[in-house]
Amino acid sequence: MPNNETRKVTIKAFRFNAETDYLPYTKQYEMEVGKDDLVLDLMNRIKWEHDGSFSYRRSCRHGICGACGIKVNGKPVLACKQNAIELLDLFDNDITLEPQSKKRAIKDMIIDKGDFWQKHADVQPYVVADVDPHPSHETKQSVAQFNAMLDSDLCIQCGSCHYACAALEANPDFLGPAALTAAYRFTIDTRDQAGEERLKLTAQPGVGVWDCVKCFECAEACPKEINPIEKITKLHNMQFEQGIAKRNVATKHAEGFLRGMKKTGYLDEADIVLYSEGILGMPKHLKTAMKMMKSGKIHWHSGVPFIDSIPKIKNLDEVQKLIEISQTNTL
Amino acid sequence: MSQLKYALFTGCTAKQSTPELLSSTLAVADKLGIEITILEEASCCGASHLQDFDEFLAHVLNARNICYAEKHGLTMITICNTCQLNSQMTKHALDTNPELKARVNEKLAEVGLEYKGTSQIKHFLYALIDDYGLDAIKDKVVTPLSQFNIAPFYGCHNIRPSELHEHSNGGENPYMPTSLDRLIEALEGHPVDYSSKNKCCGFHVELQANHTSEVLTGNALVDAIDHDADMMVTPCPLCHLKMDTYQDSVGKVMGRDIEIPVLHMPQMVALALGATEEEIGLKFHVQKAKHLYTEAS
Repeated sequence: MPNNETRKVTIKAFRFNAETDYLPYTKQYEMEVGKDDLVLDLMNRIKWEHDGSFSYRRSCRHGICGACGIKVNGKPVLACKQNAIELLDLFDNDITLEPQSKKRAIKDMIIDKGDFWQKHADVQPYVVADVDPHPSHETKQSVAQFNAMLDSDLCIQCGSCHYACAALEANPDFLGPAALTAAYRFTIDTRDQAGEERLKLTAQPGVGVWDCVKCFECAEACPKEINPIEKITKLHNMQFEQGIAKRNVATKHAEGFLRGMKKTGYLDEADIVLYSEGILGMPKHLKTAMKMMKSGKIHWHSGVPFIDSIPKIKNLDEVQKLIEISQTNTL
Repeated sequence: MSQLKYALFTGCTAKQSTPELLSSTLAVADKLGIEITILEEASCCGASHLQDFDEFLAHVLNARNICYAEKHGLTMITICNTCQLNSQMTKHALDTNPELKARVNEKLAEVGLEYKGTSQIKHFLYALIDDYGLDAIKDKVVTPLSQFNIAPFYGCHNIRPSELHEHSNGGENPYMPTSLDRLIEALEGHPVDYSSKNKCCGFHVELQANHTSEVLTGNALVDAIDHDADMMVTPCPLCHLKMDTYQDSVGKVMGRDIEIPVLHMPQMVALALGATEEEIGLKFHVQKAKHLYTEAS
């Protein structure tokens, strides 16, 4: 259907009132949707024309306050920025408005964002500096220093990436992509003095960057197109650059890729587990290893030093040379 | 249709723990008359872990791999979502950042190579669908998969970030992907509709955040089983490894028995196109899967 027509559709919405409802339910609303309508217009129409009790957060209507983040068919959107017809096209005219996190729903689209704000606060999302109350000159930053922030300063704390994060869903202690983006933004700021503290926090197992599952949901979710996982990768690299990274299973796993690559060009799948976990960490992998051996996925000699169990790539010397001349970080 | 020719970037797992991925890929190419040149010079893509340690080095090594596809003047195809993502990320970074491209080429020059940006990179799944065509594949089916409910598991790195992949994955909607579903239909199987199909399997934190990894895999496996899937199929060998190998331990985390074969996408196609049992390589699965060959034929 061409995009310039008005379309009659049935919009579904998640409904729940934590004070009165035992379970959430879905209600349907019929309406005409025009080419310039935003998801926020649909929500307004539900509230103004169908059911005044329908609840959601809204404020600026200009994509800057971050209040109206919701999900539509699992896709995080900023209601005041997302065109409704585009969304209907994307999902074959069948859309359901949902809160960013159903388990945190208070009333309809409104959720308790307390965990988001706590994690944001944990990374000290501000410039930490002893500032002279009567400075004699302004604090200058070069264009290059400013550009190093990339686009991380554009975050509006809408929570789209945070509530799309698969790692956070499974591990509530993980800082999550929004807080980590803020950590990057202020750590890279030349005026800031708390970088080391933030890097130490974000290096912590269970909490920091090493628990990111690399699903790229955050990059897909961000309505400001910030790409949080890019900043997470920067934080990983900065931990090595600044000597913050401690030798642990996660850092050895990242660095350990080079061990196999130097020998054969490939990652050595068995060696990387052995190297990252250390001998003491191996017993928990024995059962899986036995099963993999039984089905021929690995062999008795896999990961055993001095036995070539993996073929070598052609022109391996090129990879060895490139590692030698291009490696910038060490563990 | 003129003969399709590709340079194949095998990745590490196809050369180690999932030989069945390589053999079934080559069997599919053979059955469809697609000419494959294996890039035997290609190294590991860094799997997004080397990138965490040393982003620049990872770009240099990925650019080197792409150089070899460029030398052949061919599109580089991948058979692993993570290889696809990391190669594509390097290509995008170099094609859009002349300064970075120059720095990388300075290193590559030391081994007599130059990254130009002339080769496209796409996953074999999309080469099959967008280049070969589903109708043409349907014509080649000798063993219809009509008795199977097949749960497509897309894997993150082929569908996200969509902006990076849109030119190589047919503009797949990451929130409602359809390519694998359509491929299953072309092979006359029944695609299972379940909400975990585009979610993360947790493979990448298997070592350092094991519980997270097990929960994510468990959610997907259980979701597929509860929607009556006879098997799952994925274009990513890392998803395969996590979901096939760890069903016992994941079952403990989920508090229930989990048993479901997880096939590589080319294995499923090879099965329908009548490839040999050896080529399909179901014996390499940890969760028993060999019965699928007998049942299909």
